[in-house]
Amino acid sequence: MSVNVRIPTILRTYTSGKSEVSAEGATLGEVIASLEKNHPGIAARVLDESGKLRRFVNVYVNDDDVRFEGGLEAATPDGAGVSIIPAVAGG
Amino acid sequence: MAVEAVESRTSVPHTTPSFGPAVALSCRECGERFPLGPSFACVSCFGPLEVAYELPAGDSEALRRRIEAGPANIWRYAPLLPVPADVADRPNLNPGFTKLVKADNLARELGVTGGLYVKDDSGNPTHSFKDRVVAIAVEAARAFGFTTLSCSSTGNLAGAVGAAAARAGLRSCVFIPHDLEAGKVVMAAVYGGELVGIEGTYDDVNRFCSELIGDPLGEGWGFVNVNLRPYYGEGSKTLAYEICEQLGWRLPDQIVVPVASGSQLTKIDKGLKELVALGLVEDRPYRIFGAQAEGCAPVSRAFKDGHEVVRPVKPDTIAKSLAIGNPADGPYVLDIARRTGGAVEDVDDERIVEAIRLLARTEGIFAETAGGVTVGVTRKLLEDGRLDPSLTTVVLNTGDGLKTLDAVAAGPTATIPPSLSAFRAAGLAGL
Repeated sequence: MSVNVRIPTILRTYTSGKSEVSAEGATLGEVIASLEKNHPGIAARVLDESGKLRRFVNVYVNDDDVRFEGGLEAATPDGAGVSIIPAVAGG
Repeated sequence: MAVEAVESRTSVPHTTPSFGPAVALSCRECGERFPLGPSFACVSCFGPLEVAYELPAGDSEALRRRIEAGPANIWRYAPLLPVPADVADRPNLNPGFTKLVKADNLARELGVTGGLYVKDDSGNPTHSFKDRVVAIAVEAARAFGFTTLSCSSTGNLAGAVGAAAARAGLRSCVFIPHDLEAGKVVMAAVYGGELVGIEGTYDDVNRFCSELIGDPLGEGWGFVNVNLRPYYGEGSKTLAYEICEQLGWRLPDQIVVPVASGSQLTKIDKGLKELVALGLVEDRPYRIFGAQAEGCAPVSRAFKDGHEVVRPVKPDTIAKSLAIGNPADGPYVLDIARRTGGAVEDVDDERIVEAIRLLARTEGIFAETAGGVTVGVTRKLLEDGRLDPSLTTVVLNTGDGLKTLDAVAAGPTATIPPSLSAFRAAGLAGL
């Protein structure tokens, strides 16, 4: 499964400044592993020491917040858009 | 420290920015520090950045006198805010120093004996507390050379940004859910900036703005609650400052605060702690209570379940100004409520409307739905004994009921011909 991942500004040091990169994986966890393979260091920014999504990271697969869709187990269909966004906005 | 990576692109400011006593941005999660800039999330852990200060040390009495001699708005607290010393001379809406109403009638109704006060922020220039936070954000936008002011909004903020931008001579483009109350839409549109309805919930709007800020399409834009959020949030500290000053430089024992993103509650706590640290008030325990609507109560639910994180929800409540299903500062609200011995509670829409009517009937204050939430939760907490009626209690009303007229079905008691006989027949004589 190939997906398109939107990278927030604060992670673009790992993607040579690119705001979008492609990654492989049938679940969000696999997509993050794929990102880490091609952009070493990025997973540790998104995941905490226990391997869970950090509490101030929001991830969307297409329009769905993955917290409603199984977190790292959320399915990432072929061609999906994955968006990683800092959660500390709004209000 | 790759701080360049988190900064938004801006035009070059005309003068060297001044942020008064502010010295850095600090990550609330991991403590890493960054230079003052249009940044909002920590590059290491995504945690929220907040303003760190070197506050005036020493003579607290002199500081108190200086504050009391200042203007009757939030700029009297400029020595404690991330703004230049001459901030009061610059075009701004100059919000704040709203009334702290001693609500004796409401206290009698609710059985409060220790003193009940309503901090009525509907008296701000655009009739909500949002003028406070936007005023600080405008100064930050100027400092960073932004030319367009923007935000995601549940309504009140959109109006506050539109008005502040107009006054400051900035462009504005604000984003709201497409189905807001008519009063809030008109308030947001009338100032002449761009107003964009997004087909989705507030959380969808917020997500959209967070993506826009990282895209060249958002270049040169200051999003008050995204890339200017550390500064913006500081405006809520002024609620804490004013309450204490208006109580005679004394901490309240209990304070009930509405919770949407949770930013306001966390900054009120920060403000109270600063006043203690500066020696402006006596250090004594205070308890902070958060108030949500049952139809959007992710923080209240997490509090009751004993969780440290907040699971997002899909909002469904008449309290649209609090309808944030994924509250950014929710975890900190939980921390503060637990640390201070407070709580987070919620009430359903029916009790929100009852509370709006109760506050109007007893104190002559017409609150928007968020005010109904705080008064409704106050009543509930008193009923179940979690608020102590013998202590000084402050309840926040953060907005004006004229913006949420649809929530309260009210009309004439009677409609009669212009004659005394009709008046008598309607049973109105001798009221």
